Amino acid sequence: MAKEVLVEVSSLTRLFDVSKPLLNRIIEREGRQLLRAVDDVSFDIVTGETFALVGESGSGKSTVAKMVVGLLPPTKGSIRIDDIELADKTQKAHMREMRSQIQMIFQDPFASLNPRWRVDKIVAEPIRAFNLEPDDAAIVERVGSLLTMVGLGPSDGRKFPHEFSGGQRQRICIARALASKPEFIVCDEPTSALDVSVQAQILNLMRDLQDEFGLTFLFISHDLSVVRHMATRIGVMYLGRLVEVSPAKMLFKAPKHPYTRMLLDAVPDLEMSGRDRKPVKGEIPNPINPPSGCTFHPRCPLVNDRCRKEIPATIEANNSIVACHAVEEGRLE
Amino acid sequence: MSDQTAPQIDIVEKGMLARALDSDIFFSFRQSKIVMAAAVVTLIYFSMALFAPWIAPHNPFDLASLDLMDGLTPPAWEEDGVPQFLLGTDDQGRDLLSTIMYGSRISLAVGFASVAFAAILGITLGLISGYFGGFIDTVIMRIADIQLTFPSILIALLIDGTVSGLFPESRREDSAFWVLVLAIGLSFWVQYARTVRSSVLVEKEREYVQAAKLIGLKPLIIMFRHVLPNVLGPVLVIITINLALAVITEATLSFLGVGIPVTQPSLGTMIRIGQDFLFSGEWWITIFPGAALAILVLAVNLLGDWLRDALNPKLR
Amino acid sequence: MSQPLLQIRDLVIEFPTRRALLRAVDQISFDIEAGEVLGVVGESGAGKSLTGAAIIGLLEPPGRIAGGEIIFAGQRIDNLDHDQMRKLRGKRIAMIFQDPLTSLNPLYRVGEQLVETIQTHLPLNNTEARERAIALLDEVGIPAPVTRIDGYPHQFSGGMRQRVVIALALAAEPDLIIADEPTTALDVSVQAQIISLLKNLCKNRGTAVMLITHDMGVIAETADRVAVLYAGQVAEIGKTQDLIKSPKHPYTSGLMSSIPSMESDEDRLIQIPGSMPRLNAIPQGCSFHPRCSKAFGPCTEKRAPLVDVGESRAACWLYAAENGNG
Repeated sequence: MAKEVLVEVSSLTRLFDVSKPLLNRIIEREGRQLLRAVDDVSFDIVTGETFALVGESGSGKSTVAKMVVGLLPPTKGSIRIDDIELADKTQKAHMREMRSQIQMIFQDPFASLNPRWRVDKIVAEPIRAFNLEPDDAAIVERVGSLLTMVGLGPSDGRKFPHEFSGGQRQRICIARALASKPEFIVCDEPTSALDVSVQAQILNLMRDLQDEFGLTFLFISHDLSVVRHMATRIGVMYLGRLVEVSPAKMLFKAPKHPYTRMLLDAVPDLEMSGRDRKPVKGEIPNPINPPSGCTFHPRCPLVNDRCRKEIPATIEANNSIVACHAVEEGRLE
Repeated sequence: MSDQTAPQIDIVEKGMLARALDSDIFFSFRQSKIVMAAAVVTLIYFSMALFAPWIAPHNPFDLASLDLMDGLTPPAWEEDGVPQFLLGTDDQGRDLLSTIMYGSRISLAVGFASVAFAAILGITLGLISGYFGGFIDTVIMRIADIQLTFPSILIALLIDGTVSGLFPESRREDSAFWVLVLAIGLSFWVQYARTVRSSVLVEKEREYVQAAKLIGLKPLIIMFRHVLPNVLGPVLVIITINLALAVITEATLSFLGVGIPVTQPSLGTMIRIGQDFLFSGEWWITIFPGAALAILVLAVNLLGDWLRDALNPKLR
Repeated sequence: MSQPLLQIRDLVIEFPTRRALLRAVDQISFDIEAGEVLGVVGESGAGKSLTGAAIIGLLEPPGRIAGGEIIFAGQRIDNLDHDQMRKLRGKRIAMIFQDPLTSLNPLYRVGEQLVETIQTHLPLNNTEARERAIALLDEVGIPAPVTRIDGYPHQFSGGMRQRVVIALALAAEPDLIIADEPTTALDVSVQAQIISLLKNLCKNRGTAVMLITHDMGVIAETADRVAVLYAGQVAEIGKTQDLIKSPKHPYTSGLMSSIPSMESDEDRLIQIPGSMPRLNAIPQGCSFHPRCSKAFGPCTEKRAPLVDVGESRAACWLYAAENGNG
């Protein structure tokens, strides 16, 4: 199979201005404060795969998701989808077409549906916006088949969102995302608001739909077991930086970056297999004032002087990318 | 899954009315006797105002039918009272009951028109301010802040004075109504703008708005189709409470003599006229319009308070 | 064996609404022994938090205890008045909430809140109480407690705040701590720290814990025994090891297999069809039967009694029938 790159993200950076109001700054003699939510992140997503970004709060994974779909402009860097630069305003005609190719599934199924609209109107909105069907009858039919596809019925279209459970709402969100026949769907923690038994249904549904339509997913999550189940390749983020990118199997079998190892150790041992684990230490520092050098160094067991001063560059080694001095110097056991 | 949700289908297929009668708001309405009484009183006022020309015993605006000899007749149950004038007459010989009916008509008309004006202006500015943010937001909100530092009655007086000064003396009586609407409307918009802005700030971060953005809808469409309907709840409450306030403001302005002219008295104008006679024993000219005003405002306010509680999910 | 620390017998919690009387908790019974950690798992709306709130007397109206008994250390506590309950709460039963940010008062220093709690329940003067507060902070793993004690909650990170909350709960040496989703608001790496802290502290002091969570992982790490709730009823209760390795109730086994595994690879997760019924539409018979692949005759008619199955107890007709109707 030819591996065709669908999404190409390079040197993506996003700053947020978290300064106090002008008057306070003048009185308190403080400068502007910038939060580096995403710092120099690059990755590719191949057509048909599920690329997952994992990380804890403040890692910038959701900010990446928002930039990739175009909800948030990047401060620096580029996002190319199907070889079209997302920020390029000169290609307006392309943009419109591309918009229909990118969709998003959100975390909170209770906030992602307009509470005053009936479900059929919600699902039909993208169809109408992109003029995908010739007339109303065709739209009704398409909405019906979309709802059936996600495991609901056409008659559910007459109901309002509040009449559905969380899992059913997430199904509606998926139907809406599929309505414009996209190639690429960004899923921002799609199951973290759901109960486990419902989570399994939604994950299965997403995989089935991916197989059926050849969808490409960017999957954002903090739950390693979910990511392990869904992803082809995984990127691990820490404080706005991508610290490791590996094929899913490899990441779980042979994690390289000390942070990845720590994350894996923190996963509760559900099988009660008595797997060997090291206690996790420390917490994520305040992203407004991150540590110098490698931002992970205060919590890292392999820290040395170089880690405290120098930001590690990414190194590539058999299919995976890692940004760590210890790995580079071979200090890793 | 489908067998679980099946019983709810019939509820959905019922019409709007059935759903409204089934709603939590209607339920809380029926729970409180005071609210129901307030609604009845408000309804009586509205129909009185609407149908005044047909149900009022006299037409107080028809100068030809007035007889100065009927002036200052006390209410029917007092010593010199006449059954023809149930609540007595004023100094011009106008029947008080009819004047109150016509007066509430004017008061309510001013109230509705100015609230509508204020609401439309405020909602639009609030939407723009909240949705676009940045410089435009700062400008609108600073103007609002500055206006809030003055009492609204002062602003209404100022606008009323300025605008009516623009009209020639002869046209003033005709323009009085619209000048009042403008004055009261402009002094009330801030509340709408602030409320809508803060709701918009919350709603626009909601994921359904982001989903709409993803489809590439234009900001204006997103604002009116998605954001606006979801911020109207609190606005409805303000509208109700403001209606009472607008009626009072109109009465105050008319009482101060800058409102509705004496020839077509509103409730406020009547209270002012009656005030001259209060100490000479003709108490009814002030007391009846005053009571009418108080009851109307109280009823509308009670409705507004109830609506605020009913729409507040935390108190449910 | 001596009497359990906490006994819950046929507890019923109801919510009167205008349409119907909703039964959020329907005849739940379980015990907690002194010093043990009982995990209570269930999906949202299963009634697990309500049960916890009912024990500590913090059920929010219109919810009310409509039946059953709660017996704490041999004394019935579900019918205590406000004053008696207040004396019990904090001193002998403490609570840890989900969000550490909202369970601390942002306007008071951490030390002030600790000292206040200590002095409410123990006869100590200011210096003694402060010393005790520092010792507690040290015990929950807050570095440099002597200086940190004068910090405000916002100066603490999420994990550190939850440690302070645990210190507050431990302040009066309670016999039982009700922990309602204590780690849900925390990051994965911090979660593990808090779990092991809570577990070790309670082991050392012999404090019993009722650990309410939706996360089976947390239960596996911490609990001695687990109660699985479904639609306001106990579906299964047993030793953690037994319940995870050989679940008896079809709901428990469905729940366990729907969690993506960290050890094995599967293409599709095993899923339970449908979702938990809403309180106003709980099916007749066993409330799980419409979603159950093993449902048969009696399941649609009558609720299954909780019967012994091996080491565990499960409420399922698969076993109840064998036992001759329990």
